Amino acid sequence: MQIDPRGPRFAAAVTTVVFVLILVTGSGWLALAQAAVFALGTAGQSPYAMFFKAFVRPRLGPPSEMEDAAPVRFAQAVGLFFALVAAAGYLLDLPVAGMVAAAFALVAAFLNAAFGLCLGCEVFLLYRRARG
Amino acid sequence: MNPGAWIAAAALLAAVLAGLAWQRGNGRMRETRGDGPDLAHLGVEPGQVTLLQFSSAFCTPCRATRALCSDVAGRLDGLTHIEVDAESNLDTVRELNILRTPTVLIVDRSGRIVRRASGQPTRAQLMAAVSALL
Repeated sequence: MQIDPRGPRFAAAVTTVVFVLILVTGSGWLALAQAAVFALGTAGQSPYAMFFKAFVRPRLGPPSEMEDAAPVRFAQAVGLFFALVAAAGYLLDLPVAGMVAAAFALVAAFLNAAFGLCLGCEVFLLYRRARG
Repeated sequence: MNPGAWIAAAALLAAVLAGLAWQRGNGRMRETRGDGPDLAHLGVEPGQVTLLQFSSAFCTPCRATRALCSDVAGRLDGLTHIEVDAESNLDTVRELNILRTPTVLIVDRSGRIVRRASGQPTRAQLMAAVSALL
Protein backbone atom coordinates (compact mmCIF):
# COMPACT_ATOMS: atom_id res chain seq x y z
CA MET A 1 0.00 0.00 0.00
CA GLN A 2 1.23 3.48 -0.91
CA ILE A 3 0.65 6.57 1.23
CA ASP A 4 1.33 10.30 1.08
CA PRO A 5 4.60 10.71 3.05
CA ARG A 6 3.39 14.01 4.51
CA GLY A 7 0.74 12.11 6.52
CA PRO A 8 3.27 10.35 8.80
CA ARG A 9 5.29 13.58 9.11
CA PHE A 10 2.14 15.39 10.26
CA ALA A 11 1.30 12.55 12.67
CA ALA A 12 4.87 12.68 14.05
CA ALA A 13 4.51 16.42 14.69
CA VAL A 14 1.28 15.85 16.67
CA THR A 15 2.96 12.95 18.51
CA THR A 16 5.88 15.25 19.43
CA VAL A 17 3.48 17.73 21.06
CA VAL A 18 1.67 14.92 22.91
CA PHE A 19 4.93 13.55 24.37
CA VAL A 20 5.98 17.03 25.51
CA LEU A 21 2.60 17.26 27.31
CA ILE A 22 3.07 13.78 28.79
CA LEU A 23 6.48 14.77 30.20
CA VAL A 24 5.28 18.15 31.52
CA THR A 25 2.11 16.80 33.15
CA GLY A 26 3.38 13.32 34.06
CA SER A 27 0.03 11.93 32.96
CA GLY A 28 -0.01 8.17 32.53
CA TRP A 29 -3.51 8.32 31.08
CA LEU A 30 -2.33 10.63 28.31
CA ALA A 31 0.51 8.17 27.58
CA LEU A 32 -2.06 5.37 27.46
CA ALA A 33 -4.20 7.39 25.03
CA GLN A 34 -1.13 7.89 22.82
CA ALA A 35 -0.46 4.14 23.02
CA ALA A 36 -3.99 3.56 21.71
CA VAL A 37 -3.26 5.95 18.82
CA PHE A 38 -0.09 3.97 17.98
CA ALA A 39 -2.01 0.70 18.20
CA LEU A 40 -4.52 2.01 15.65
CA GLY A 41 -1.57 3.23 13.56
CA THR A 42 -0.07 -0.26 13.31
CA ALA A 43 -3.33 -1.23 11.56
CA GLY A 44 -3.15 1.79 9.24
CA GLN A 45 -5.93 3.54 11.19
CA SER A 46 -3.99 6.33 12.90
CA PRO A 47 -6.41 9.08 14.03
CA TYR A 48 -3.70 11.70 13.35
CA ALA A 49 -3.26 10.42 9.80
CA MET A 50 -7.06 10.45 9.35
CA PHE A 51 -7.18 14.06 10.52
CA PHE A 52 -4.43 14.84 8.00
CA LYS A 53 -6.35 13.13 5.22
CA ALA A 54 -9.64 14.86 6.04
CA PHE A 55 -8.54 18.41 6.88
CA VAL A 56 -4.92 19.07 5.89
CA ARG A 57 -4.31 17.17 2.67
CA PRO A 58 -7.19 18.82 0.73
CA ARG A 59 -5.44 22.17 1.31
CA LEU A 60 -2.09 20.91 -0.02
CA GLY A 61 -1.08 20.07 -3.56
CA PRO A 62 -0.56 16.46 -4.63
CA PRO A 63 2.58 14.83 -3.17
CA SER A 64 5.72 14.65 -5.32
CA GLU A 65 6.05 10.96 -4.49
CA MET A 66 4.31 8.25 -2.53
CA GLU A 67 5.91 5.95 0.01
CA ASP A 68 5.36 2.44 1.23
CA ALA A 69 3.08 2.04 4.26
CA ALA A 70 4.97 -0.95 5.74
CA PRO A 71 7.90 0.99 7.31
CA VAL A 72 5.48 3.51 8.79
CA ARG A 73 3.43 0.77 10.44
CA PHE A 74 6.57 -0.87 11.79
CA ALA A 75 7.60 2.49 13.31
CA GLN A 76 4.13 2.81 14.90
CA ALA A 77 4.70 -0.56 16.60
CA VAL A 78 8.02 0.69 18.00
CA GLY A 79 6.20 3.82 19.23
CA LEU A 80 3.51 1.66 20.80
CA PHE A 81 6.14 -0.17 22.87
CA PHE A 82 7.60 3.08 24.24
CA ALA A 83 4.17 4.61 24.92
CA LEU A 84 3.10 1.50 26.85
CA VAL A 85 6.27 1.55 28.97
CA ALA A 86 5.72 5.27 29.64
CA ALA A 87 2.07 4.71 30.59
CA ALA A 88 2.95 1.77 32.88
CA GLY A 89 5.73 3.80 34.50
CA TYR A 90 3.54 6.77 35.35
CA LEU A 91 0.46 4.75 36.35
CA LEU A 92 2.41 2.26 38.53
CA ASP A 93 4.19 5.08 40.35
CA LEU A 94 7.57 4.52 38.65
CA PRO A 95 7.88 8.06 37.28
CA VAL A 96 11.55 7.68 36.26
CA ALA A 97 10.72 4.74 33.97
CA GLY A 98 7.81 6.78 32.57
CA MET A 99 10.02 9.80 31.91
CA VAL A 100 12.82 7.79 30.26
CA ALA A 101 10.42 5.99 27.91
CA ALA A 102 8.53 9.21 27.11
CA ALA A 103 11.83 11.03 26.43
CA PHE A 104 12.95 8.32 23.96
CA ALA A 105 9.58 8.46 22.21
CA LEU A 106 9.80 12.26 22.08
CA VAL A 107 13.25 12.13 20.44
CA ALA A 108 12.06 9.59 17.86
CA ALA A 109 8.86 11.52 17.02
CA PHE A 110 10.71 14.83 16.77
CA LEU A 111 13.42 13.38 14.47
CA ASN A 112 10.69 12.04 12.21
CA ALA A 113 8.72 15.31 12.16
CA ALA A 114 11.65 17.71 11.78
CA PHE A 115 14.17 15.70 9.72
CA GLY A 116 12.14 12.93 8.10
CA LEU A 117 14.35 10.44 9.94
CA CYS A 118 12.49 7.25 10.81
CA LEU A 119 14.43 5.89 13.79
CA GLY A 120 12.46 2.65 13.96
CA CYS A 121 13.26 2.01 10.30
CA GLU A 122 16.99 2.66 10.85
CA VAL A 123 17.11 0.25 13.76
CA PHE A 124 15.36 -2.49 11.81
CA LEU A 125 18.47 -3.78 9.98
CA LEU A 126 20.53 -3.77 13.20
CA TYR A 127 17.80 -5.84 14.82
CA ARG A 128 17.74 -8.32 11.92
CA ARG A 129 21.56 -8.50 11.89
CA ALA A 130 21.70 -9.27 15.59
CA ARG A 131 18.95 -11.88 15.45
CA GLY A 132 20.51 -13.66 12.46
CA MET B 1 9.95 24.15 35.56
CA ASN B 2 9.18 20.64 36.79
CA PRO B 3 11.65 17.78 36.08
CA GLY B 4 9.52 16.46 33.22
CA ALA B 5 9.66 19.82 31.45
CA TRP B 6 13.45 19.89 31.80
CA ILE B 7 13.69 16.37 30.37
CA ALA B 8 11.45 17.36 27.44
CA ALA B 9 13.68 20.38 26.71
CA ALA B 10 16.87 18.29 26.98
CA ALA B 11 15.42 15.55 24.74
CA LEU B 12 14.44 18.10 22.07
CA LEU B 13 17.91 19.68 22.16
CA ALA B 14 19.57 16.25 21.85
CA ALA B 15 17.25 15.39 18.96
CA VAL B 16 18.15 18.60 17.09
CA LEU B 17 21.88 17.86 17.44
CA ALA B 18 21.43 14.21 16.43
CA GLY B 19 19.26 15.19 13.46
CA LEU B 20 21.81 17.72 12.18
CA ALA B 21 24.65 15.18 12.53
CA TRP B 22 22.56 12.57 10.70
CA GLN B 23 21.74 15.00 7.89
CA ARG B 24 25.40 15.95 7.43
CA GLY B 25 26.67 12.37 7.42
CA ASN B 26 24.07 11.09 4.95
CA GLY B 27 25.54 9.96 1.66
CA ARG B 28 29.05 11.10 2.47
CA MET B 29 31.50 9.00 0.47
CA ARG B 30 34.26 7.45 2.53
CA GLU B 31 37.40 5.80 1.19
CA THR B 32 37.66 2.14 2.10
CA ARG B 33 40.67 -0.11 2.34
CA GLY B 34 39.71 -1.83 -0.87
CA ASP B 35 39.80 -5.44 0.26
CA GLY B 36 36.74 -7.41 1.15
CA PRO B 37 34.80 -10.50 0.25
CA ASP B 38 34.12 -11.72 -3.24
CA LEU B 39 30.97 -10.00 -4.52
CA ALA B 40 30.36 -12.19 -7.57
CA HIS B 41 27.41 -13.93 -5.91
CA LEU B 42 25.63 -10.56 -5.76
CA GLY B 43 26.06 -10.11 -9.50
CA VAL B 44 29.12 -7.84 -9.49
CA GLU B 45 31.11 -8.42 -12.70
CA PRO B 46 34.75 -7.52 -13.30
CA GLY B 47 35.49 -4.92 -15.97
CA GLN B 48 32.57 -2.78 -14.81
CA VAL B 49 32.40 -0.10 -12.16
CA THR B 50 29.46 -1.07 -9.94
CA LEU B 51 27.21 0.87 -7.62
CA LEU B 52 26.26 -1.87 -5.17
CA GLN B 53 23.28 -0.72 -3.13
CA PHE B 54 22.04 -2.51 0.00
CA SER B 55 18.38 -1.85 0.71
CA SER B 56 15.66 -3.11 3.01
CA ALA B 57 11.90 -3.22 2.92
CA PHE B 58 11.52 -0.79 5.82
CA CYS B 59 13.42 1.98 4.12
CA THR B 60 11.99 4.97 2.30
CA PRO B 61 15.28 6.66 1.27
CA CYS B 62 16.29 3.37 -0.41
CA ARG B 63 13.77 4.05 -3.16
CA ALA B 64 15.08 7.54 -3.87
CA THR B 65 18.63 6.16 -3.82
CA ARG B 66 17.65 3.42 -6.27
CA ALA B 67 16.17 5.98 -8.67
CA LEU B 68 19.29 8.15 -8.46
CA CYS B 69 21.80 5.29 -8.85
CA SER B 70 20.04 3.68 -11.80
CA ASP B 71 19.72 7.08 -13.50
CA VAL B 72 23.43 7.81 -13.06
CA ALA B 73 24.36 4.28 -14.20
CA GLY B 74 22.18 4.70 -17.29
CA ARG B 75 23.97 7.90 -18.28
CA LEU B 76 27.57 6.73 -17.83
CA ASP B 77 29.28 4.03 -19.90
CA GLY B 78 30.86 1.23 -17.93
CA LEU B 79 28.83 1.89 -14.79
CA THR B 80 26.20 -0.55 -13.51
CA HIS B 81 23.81 -0.38 -10.58
CA ILE B 82 22.94 -3.46 -8.55
CA GLU B 83 20.47 -3.35 -5.68
CA VAL B 84 20.46 -6.20 -3.16
CA ASP B 85 18.13 -6.89 -0.26
CA ALA B 86 20.14 -6.61 2.96
CA GLU B 87 17.86 -9.00 4.83
CA SER B 88 18.33 -11.87 2.42
CA ASN B 89 22.13 -11.36 2.39
CA LEU B 90 22.77 -11.05 6.12
CA ASP B 91 26.12 -12.88 5.96
CA THR B 92 27.49 -10.37 3.45
CA VAL B 93 25.94 -7.52 5.45
CA ARG B 94 27.84 -8.66 8.54
CA GLU B 95 31.06 -9.28 6.61
CA LEU B 96 30.96 -5.78 5.12
CA ASN B 97 29.80 -4.27 8.43
CA ILE B 98 26.77 -2.60 6.89
CA LEU B 99 24.76 -0.94 9.63
CA ARG B 100 22.13 1.04 7.76
CA THR B 101 20.15 1.02 4.58
CA PRO B 102 20.70 2.40 2.06
CA THR B 103 24.43 1.78 1.94
CA VAL B 104 26.06 2.25 -1.46
CA LEU B 105 29.41 0.58 -2.17
CA ILE B 106 31.46 1.63 -5.16
CA VAL B 107 33.28 -1.33 -6.67
CA ASP B 108 36.03 -0.60 -9.21
CA ARG B 109 36.79 -2.55 -12.39
CA SER B 110 39.02 -5.02 -10.57
CA GLY B 111 36.28 -5.84 -8.05
CA ARG B 112 37.69 -3.89 -5.11
CA ILE B 113 35.37 -1.83 -2.93
CA VAL B 114 36.88 1.64 -3.08
CA ARG B 115 34.23 3.85 -1.50
CA ARG B 116 31.08 3.54 0.54
CA ALA B 117 28.31 5.85 1.67
CA SER B 118 25.54 5.18 4.16
CA GLY B 119 22.32 7.12 3.81
CA GLN B 120 20.96 8.67 0.64
CA PRO B 121 23.76 10.29 -1.43
CA THR B 122 23.29 13.37 -3.60
CA ARG B 123 23.86 13.25 -7.33
CA ALA B 124 26.99 15.40 -6.90
CA GLN B 125 28.45 13.05 -4.26
CA LEU B 126 27.82 10.06 -6.50
CA MET B 127 29.23 11.66 -9.66
CA ALA B 128 32.36 12.85 -7.85
CA ALA B 129 32.96 9.36 -6.47
CA VAL B 130 32.58 7.45 -9.76
CA SER B 131 34.08 9.92 -12.24
CA ALA B 132 37.67 9.10 -11.24
CA LEU B 133 37.08 5.37 -11.80
CA LEU B 134 35.58 5.41 -15.29
